[in-house]
Amino acid sequence: MSNGNQTLGVQRISLRRRIANHLVTYSALGASVLVIVPLVAIFGYLLMKGIGSINWAFLTQIPKPVGEPGGGMGNAIVGSAIILLIASCFGIPLGIGAGIFLAEFGRNKFGNIVRFTSDVLNGVPSIVVGIAVYGLVVVTQKHFSALAGGVALGIMMIPTVARSTEEMLLMVPRTIREAAWGLGVPQWRTTLSVTLKTASAGVITGTMLAFARAAGETAPLLFTAFGNQFWNWNVNQPTAALPLQVFVYAISPFDEWHRQAWAGALVLIILIVAAVTAVRIVTSRGMYRGAA
Amino acid sequence: MRTRFHQSLDELKEKLLRMGGLAEQAVDRAVDAYRRRDVSLAQRVFEGERQINVMEREIDELALDLLAMQQPMAVDLRFIIAVVKINADLERVGDQAVNVVQRVLELAKLPEADLHVDIPRVAEVAATMVRTSLEAFIYARPDVAESVLKTDNTLDELNAQTYHAMMAVMQKSPELTPQALNTLLISRNLERVGDHATNIAEDVIFWVRGADVRHQFGPYGTSASHP
Amino acid sequence: MGVGINVRDLKAWFGASEALHGINMNVGANGVTAIIGPSGCGKSTFVRCLNRMHETIPGATMKGEVTVGDVSILEQSAVDVRRRIGMVFQKPNPFPTMSIYDNVAAGLKLNGMRNRSKTDEIVEKSLRQSALWEEVKDTLKKKSGASLSGGQQQRLCIARALAVAPEVLLMDEPASALDPISTGKIEELIEELKQNYTIVIVTHNMQQAARVAGFTGFFLMGNLIEFDKTEKIFTNPSDKRTEDYITGRFG
Repeated sequence: MSNGNQTLGVQRISLRRRIANHLVTYSALGASVLVIVPLVAIFGYLLMKGIGSINWAFLTQIPKPVGEPGGGMGNAIVGSAIILLIASCFGIPLGIGAGIFLAEFGRNKFGNIVRFTSDVLNGVPSIVVGIAVYGLVVVTQKHFSALAGGVALGIMMIPTVARSTEEMLLMVPRTIREAAWGLGVPQWRTTLSVTLKTASAGVITGTMLAFARAAGETAPLLFTAFGNQFWNWNVNQPTAALPLQVFVYAISPFDEWHRQAWAGALVLIILIVAAVTAVRIVTSRGMYRGAA
Repeated sequence: MRTRFHQSLDELKEKLLRMGGLAEQAVDRAVDAYRRRDVSLAQRVFEGERQINVMEREIDELALDLLAMQQPMAVDLRFIIAVVKINADLERVGDQAVNVVQRVLELAKLPEADLHVDIPRVAEVAATMVRTSLEAFIYARPDVAESVLKTDNTLDELNAQTYHAMMAVMQKSPELTPQALNTLLISRNLERVGDHATNIAEDVIFWVRGADVRHQFGPYGTSASHP
Repeated sequence: MGVGINVRDLKAWFGASEALHGINMNVGANGVTAIIGPSGCGKSTFVRCLNRMHETIPGATMKGEVTVGDVSILEQSAVDVRRRIGMVFQKPNPFPTMSIYDNVAAGLKLNGMRNRSKTDEIVEKSLRQSALWEEVKDTLKKKSGASLSGGQQQRLCIARALAVAPEVLLMDEPASALDPISTGKIEELIEELKQNYTIVIVTHNMQQAARVAGFTGFFLMGNLIEFDKTEKIFTNPSDKRTEDYITGRFG
């Protein structure tokens, strides 16, 4: 008798709980699906519109003059690579350095100022960065250049790299640092060879995030790299860039260029994904070899 | 802190004191039996002996448990070790009372003889030593324990006197030899009771002061000295 | 070979708050000294002063004379002191991104040693000394330091500390995070090591102190109350506060 009541009572509570459980689980599932939908939609649409136009010619030739069919974005692909290389060389070391400073020595007023500045910089619209670099570099040099473009993109990478480096370094437990200090390893060596190394996975992720974002930026390049119809290997000259080229083609009135714009966008996404994946593979293999 | 443990220590102390009571009672009864040549009293000493043995086992078991389970340190450790040793001495006191009673039963079969020796006096000294040493234990008084150590000399003297007296009796009146021998043995048993009391006193000093004072008192530098 | 440690009037602060009020202690060479006391009594702080790890805490300072061997530690640089005095921590902390080999060699490599064969030698010797060699000799470079069990990790940390040939080994509750069998192995290890190293071990576990240490120091509220042979401390301590602590009459 009392047992029976108990069983019923248990069932009633459990039913309520079960409903709540299912509700939350499926809502979370639904939200995840919804998140993936835009990504899949974009990629799928690009694939559909652009795959037809990707061929060897597209990847290796420079644009043909208006009206002529054919041609490609070879110079833009190479140009993007050059600009991103410059941006990385400029932004990543500065970002990691700032991150190290903030994590190891930044628990003070000055550190807070740096952090705040970095957050503000992160929020500055990309076009504003472009204009600023225009004034600082292009006007000084008296010409557009890949260098200027690299600087602009590098500036945009710094806050993300710095913040994620700081966070990852802070996540390294104090005991790891203490272990190194206990062995008589000086502070600087501990930070570089032990703490940074332990946090390397996270730092690389942050860096890749910054890289991927910079790779797709168009606005800053408008007034810095400016674009170029021809091959260019001189960093001090205006250079073509993939996002830039896609923009120019997309707003043009020519169908031929529209077609190539789709292809360009698709190529851009594929290259970014490829770059990030490649870095992941290389660094994850390297981690267990762990040389000091 | 560790209240259960301290409660167990109190329990151990209480049990030991009960044990002491049983041992004292056994000695008193045995001497009474001697004085009154009372066989029924002797019987009661045998019964008491059984109780003493049960108590001894209980105390040893509790002490062993506490040592194993509680990892006692310093004074607590010394206390438990002292209890175990005092336990053994008290059990031996009980045994000596039984030995006395066996002599009494023998004497009861023999014609009564006045041997001019004051066994009750010897018993009094021995019993007082036991009582005092247990007092020293209850109140944790090493000074009281030390007084017991000094009394041992008196007891040894008395025992020596009895020895010589009985030797004389056996030479002068050989027909009284059985009585003299039994009486001598009783005196010897009582002297051993005193030795055990001395051991108890030494254990109390060890417990309270952490000082090992064994084998320091007595005419030959040993706590047991008998001819 | 171990050396003695002489401590004269050691004081330590966390900011303005004094944590150690003038400690005097003389630790003999080659042997184990245990430091016991209730939580917050300053025993970890004391030990961390010996290898100048105390000052790594922001705002922490120390003053006084601490001589290890013939050298005062306040006259050497902190880095040099820590190369002579090794430390093993409460929670095993192998470097997670390094292999077992690299973990043991870390102290050598990070301090500039380049000779590969010498490093190999030292790594093997250290792992043998910490009774870990047989268990890991085949996976030295393949497995990461963090993939071992808790007890193995701690032995790895001990090997890492030994690899730089310290004169003194400090252990801050080395077995408190381990199961009884691993604890037993660590204690056996300490027995072996004490012949060649001066070991100072902080422990909450009094039975452990009793098992491994020749001398024991009892700390209370930043003071060293009693320092004596272990048997004396645990059978008949001189100070009532020591006795109250070890018999559990206060936390």
